[in-house]
Amino acid sequence: MTRLNRSQIIILVLVLITIVLGYYGRDLSKALDARWLTKFPSAWVIPFKAYISSAMAWLIEDAAVGPVSFTDITRAIAWLIEQPYNLVLALLAHGFVSGQGNDAQVIVPAVSWIVVITAVIALGQYCRDWGLAALVGACFIYLAVFGQWDSAMVTLASVLIAVPIGAGGGLLLGILAYRYPLFENIISPVLDLMQTIPIFAYLVPILFMFGFGPISALVATIIYATPPMVRITTLALKGVDPEILDFGRMAGTTQRQLMWRVLVPSASHSLMVGVNQVIMLTLNMVIIASMIGAGGLGFDVLAALRRLDIGAGFEAGIAIVVLAIAVDRLSQAFAERMGQVYHEASGSWVSRNRRTVLVLILLVLTWVLGQFSPLLLEYPDSQTITTGAFWDDTVEYLNVNYFDTFEAIKVFFLTWFMIPIKTVLLGIPWPWAIAMLTLLGWQAGGWRLALLCGGMASLILVSGLWSKAMVTVYLCGASVILATVIGVPLGVLAALNKRAGTAINLLIDTLQTLPSFVYLIPVVMLFRVGDFTALIAIVLYALAPAVRYAAHGIRSVSEELIEAGLVSGCTRRQLLRHIRLPMALPEILLGINQTIMLALSMLVITALVGTRDLGQEVYIALTKADTGRGLVAGLSIAFIAIIADRLINAGARQARIRFGLES
Amino acid sequence: MPPKTKLSCRNVWKLYGPNAERLLKTTPNPTADDIRKAGVIGAVRNANIEIAEGEIFVIMGLSGSGKSTLVRCLSRLIEPTTGEVLFDDTDLLTASDKELIEIRRHKMGMVFQHFALLPHLTVLQNVMFPLTIQATPQAEANAKAHEVVELVGLKGREDYYPRELSGGQQQRVGIARSLVTEPDLWFLDEPFSALDPLIRREMQDEFLRLQERLHKTIVFITHDFEEAVRLADRIAIMKDGVVIQIATPEELVMHPATDYVAEFTKHIPRSKVLTVGGVMTAGAVGEEDPIAQSTRVSDVAERIIAADAPIPVSDSSGQIVGSIDRKAVAQVLFGDGDVA
Ligand SMILES: Nc1ncnc2c1ncn2[C@@H]1O[C@H](COP(=O)(O)OP(=O)(O)OP(=O)(O)O)[C@@H](O)[C@H]1O
Ligand SMILES: [Mg+2]
Repeated sequence: MTRLNRSQIIILVLVLITIVLGYYGRDLSKALDARWLTKFPSAWVIPFKAYISSAMAWLIEDAAVGPVSFTDITRAIAWLIEQPYNLVLALLAHGFVSGQGNDAQVIVPAVSWIVVITAVIALGQYCRDWGLAALVGACFIYLAVFGQWDSAMVTLASVLIAVPIGAGGGLLLGILAYRYPLFENIISPVLDLMQTIPIFAYLVPILFMFGFGPISALVATIIYATPPMVRITTLALKGVDPEILDFGRMAGTTQRQLMWRVLVPSASHSLMVGVNQVIMLTLNMVIIASMIGAGGLGFDVLAALRRLDIGAGFEAGIAIVVLAIAVDRLSQAFAERMGQVYHEASGSWVSRNRRTVLVLILLVLTWVLGQFSPLLLEYPDSQTITTGAFWDDTVEYLNVNYFDTFEAIKVFFLTWFMIPIKTVLLGIPWPWAIAMLTLLGWQAGGWRLALLCGGMASLILVSGLWSKAMVTVYLCGASVILATVIGVPLGVLAALNKRAGTAINLLIDTLQTLPSFVYLIPVVMLFRVGDFTALIAIVLYALAPAVRYAAHGIRSVSEELIEAGLVSGCTRRQLLRHIRLPMALPEILLGINQTIMLALSMLVITALVGTRDLGQEVYIALTKADTGRGLVAGLSIAFIAIIADRLINAGARQARIRFGLES
Repeated sequence: MPPKTKLSCRNVWKLYGPNAERLLKTTPNPTADDIRKAGVIGAVRNANIEIAEGEIFVIMGLSGSGKSTLVRCLSRLIEPTTGEVLFDDTDLLTASDKELIEIRRHKMGMVFQHFALLPHLTVLQNVMFPLTIQATPQAEANAKAHEVVELVGLKGREDYYPRELSGGQQQRVGIARSLVTEPDLWFLDEPFSALDPLIRREMQDEFLRLQERLHKTIVFITHDFEEAVRLADRIAIMKDGVVIQIATPEELVMHPATDYVAEFTKHIPRSKVLTVGGVMTAGAVGEEDPIAQSTRVSDVAERIIAADAPIPVSDSSGQIVGSIDRKAVAQVLFGDGDVA
């Protein structure tokens, strides 16, 4: 046992004081007759909400540059997105219709389910092989047979619009950042920030600018999914072999030729990785986007959750997963296929494009023959299988027979883990909390970080959201602690044991493909609404990075160090404790950082199951379209995220410096 | 008449680092110490070079000596910190972007160490690329591309992709591509360094064969002194960004300017560098078939040693200018260097 040095003792004492203060904070403030210590007086609150709301109102109603008003701009953007969206939506879901309401006449019906399934199978076969074709075919057949087809096509339509815009826009921004260092300097901190700010912070303003509906949802999705593409584009372009760049210039290319004929094609492989990211993020947004008006599967899940209709929610949730798997695998295979170059087969156009021809023929056939047999156009409702009742029954069975067990688990966690944390956090007098945060910032990263931490915490305070922020910190904190306690050992195990590693990787991969909402459904089924349900959903969602980074950190400890340990006679346990874990610490910290970010981004979702934190503020603001309230709460979440992010990064940096991995 | 100068550079400096320009303004001729003190990197220091039309000019130096930087200054892929680069009497450094694009499209070609082929294009499309971007008519571009592909011996592989070719073949594509616009000036940055020794030799022969037909002005970079000696008309030796000597291979061996150069030349067999002209005795003797003055001793050593009498030596016009005998050859082959 090493003796603690002085600064460690001071830290320990401070932590203890904080806990004790927190635990007795309320009684103390009552005893001192200074309630303001734990409850920030509402008279001192600065009404940011009102300021922002009126600023937004001004923006929408009066702001203009010359004759062009702000609303004209948002309308133009909405119009631009709406046109292709309506087209794709008509093609996949609604058919081309003339007239309105009851007089509506379908001119051309939507593409038949048979054609869509054939098309994805053909695409799967083209991109890789029959195995992939079978997988994606099965996914889409599932959607038809289980009665999710219509909603799935609406969701697919929005994916088909959001992805090209996100990927294309990201590409262009990335190119700009590559070409103009000034632009890169501007955009790079913005991207940084966007990665720490949870999506909810900008849902409300978007709602305000574009109104409730699919266009708002698309805008939000695009804003959420684009930043990684910008990053990846800039990196990919910078990663092009400098000789290729020199060659392009020596060949006498103009700037434009150099970009589009030399650099972009040479970087196409990495660029495709970015596109895949955009697709995954788009699918991740499906349910959240339905909060501001997206239809389709996301809406079904949301509606079912609101009704607490477990069966329906679960069905739609699984359908999202199935769709996500199909789209993800297809896009990955497509990226691979594009990255390689193939010799073109010879022969006529028809013989070279047999798959396309087949799909086109089928399309025309179903459209013509569909007049006589609707089966060819729409999967018959009578043939769908619904599993809703099955899920409901299962839940009921579990609840009837195991109610006590579940209840016991819940109560145990609540009494011994969650409620103490909550009491302490809510009880800490805010002046002390802010002082401690500032001190921590100063310790970890000097006066700049101290200023940032203190400043942001004070802003949360004066906007009157302190106690809600503390609930947020409590929920996130508890989840992150749990996720770390589960995830880090899993990661270590995955790194040390090959067989366990395979299984754990599979688990984590699956968890990551699932959109965040899906976790909520089974948990609600078993534990009903409340903080504990939220905790479990957040832990499941945020577990992956803790595992991944820990495994990676342990794996990348240098072989020489391990050998040095072995030679000095360490047991396996000592090796882990004295060499592997300390060396992997920076990585583990970064994993925890990611876990915190994911946990924060789950908050609004958990608001659905009745938590009373900042997430709920945003959620309420969303339903009331109250911009000021939403933005202030969203920014508060963002501040928490930024504080956590900067503190942990600074800590990880210090650790790396201590181990000589960085100077 | 001395041959015309095709490309020259005067007082070219390339310093990397934030204070580079200020340093050159205050001290126009900084020493290595000044540079180190200012915290900048002297990649090229005060280079002065004149390259004649039709010449193979080799820039030779160890890794990091600034060869690539110098050649990129000559083609203005890199902006020199100061200096002057004259190509056919136009100053490249003051040329506008447009002029520069025109010059590169029609008058310069470049071959790269790692080939720099575009992975998504076939051999033919790669070779055609420089023509495609200047919007040459398709038929003409096609014909020219086929012609150079054949010239470098890749006929039949036009539709292969780069990854389906060996390193040597890939570099042939790189060479074909750099020749397709029929440039006057040909830059080659360590074109054979990434190849196996056997292939390298083969490519060097191929290169000499090509040059015999094409008569380009060539700037060739290598870190391999043997390669330099085989190919060069003249060699510039660089060290730490400074060109320390420019001379024919023979002069380098016979009169190294510094110990550093001497160290380089020590390990190369003299017979491969010295020409017959350099070691002959003046005055016509002997009756046999004359040997050309510019032949390397190693190529004819066997014949001279086998002969009983001295063999006459002729100059480029066929005039007999001297003779060479066994003793001279033995001196080159086994002596310790002090020829002549
Ligand atoms: N962009 C740059 N920034 C800073 N220093 C550079 C840069 N490019 C080159 N240098 C430095 O300039 C010096 C010369 O580099 P250069 O690439 O010209 O060497 P080289 O002779 O071509 O070497 P090699 O045989 O390895 O290709 C090196 O010390 C290098 O570190
Ligand atoms: Mg080089």
